[in-house]
Amino acid sequence: MDRLLNVTTAFSVLMLGIVLFSVRRAHIRVEYSASWLGAAVAMLLLSRTPPLLDALRNLLGLPDSPLALFMAGSSVFLIMFFRFSVIISHLRDDNVALAQRVALLEYHLRSLQDHES
Amino acid sequence: MHASGPDSLLIIVPAFNEQGAVGTVVRSVRACLPGISVLVIDDCSGDNTISAARQAGAEILPLPHHLGLGGCVQAGYKLAYELGFEYVIRVDGDGQHDARDIPRIFETLRTTGCEMVIGSRYLNGKDQHTGFVRGLGIRFFRLVLRPILGRPVHDPTSGFVGVNRRALGVFSRSFPLEYPEIEALVVLQRRRFRFEEVPCSVRARLAGRSSITAMKSLYYIFHVLLGVFVNVLKFDGRLHRGAGHSETGG
Repeated sequence: MDRLLNVTTAFSVLMLGIVLFSVRRAHIRVEYSASWLGAAVAMLLLSRTPPLLDALRNLLGLPDSPLALFMAGSSVFLIMFFRFSVIISHLRDDNVALAQRVALLEYHLRSLQDHES
Repeated sequence: MHASGPDSLLIIVPAFNEQGAVGTVVRSVRACLPGISVLVIDDCSGDNTISAARQAGAEILPLPHHLGLGGCVQAGYKLAYELGFEYVIRVDGDGQHDARDIPRIFETLRTTGCEMVIGSRYLNGKDQHTGFVRGLGIRFFRLVLRPILGRPVHDPTSGFVGVNRRALGVFSRSFPLEYPEIEALVVLQRRRFRFEEVPCSVRARLAGRSSITAMKSLYYIFHVLLGVFVNVLKFDGRLHRGAGHSETGG
């Protein structure tokens, strides 16, 4: 159990470091780093605060704490993946509309140039 | 290229890496319908599709990057709508559609007043160019669409489709991005628009290979089925809320 909590702590700290480094290098935008930072902090808190993990275990009605930690981690990441799917879908729609608009504007511009020449 | 008169017609040809066929397609359309504008929408091909189409006398709408069939066709619909065309007929760039069927689709669009006319491969019996898996998929979607559309549709996956300006307005704002044919039919039906089918002949591709393989057919069925039900739920929900005429993005 202690080893699992230590591994989770190490993983959370590593994730915090990678995300902060990526934000600093502008590899990831601040608004998208918030979800990852939140997830890392949540996992760090759960792994370093046994009463909190016990409370979560009782709340979920699970037999042991590692399972509660696993479920909490899985839930956090599933929600994040869903959120990013929503964002990607919006970006794709915007991207298609933008590409079409560029194509149409270029067409109109060429028509105007042909008309003038 | 400009719309002229109440019966202005534009032929759009979505094309992606069709240098071997698109020139023949454009020439055959222009031979059948002299004076009618042909617009080839190039979906960022890596070959000489643009020059082949231009040499054949088509107008070109090159897309800045690859959008897929739905995005490509919708770009053509948007341009046609902006230029004021009354009717648009889509012909595939692979040469499978016979340009001699276009006047029949156009005439049906004009005389019936329906919003969409589908060139159907199956009104005159079986199409010998349809593979086994694809044929099964088409039969499956006929069954699925029958209660949704309230009438049978023989060729729901046909890309040989004509639309009038009312449908053009809808498709300019909302059009499925992938595998658009079946979903587009549901989108129109939910707006109480009508469609007709006319028989048309289909040939083997002049060049290249179909992008829909046997494996992709299974994904196609899943994807389209999901899209159909999402559209049904979306529009039924809107009707229940009493806002049946508003438009949405696709």
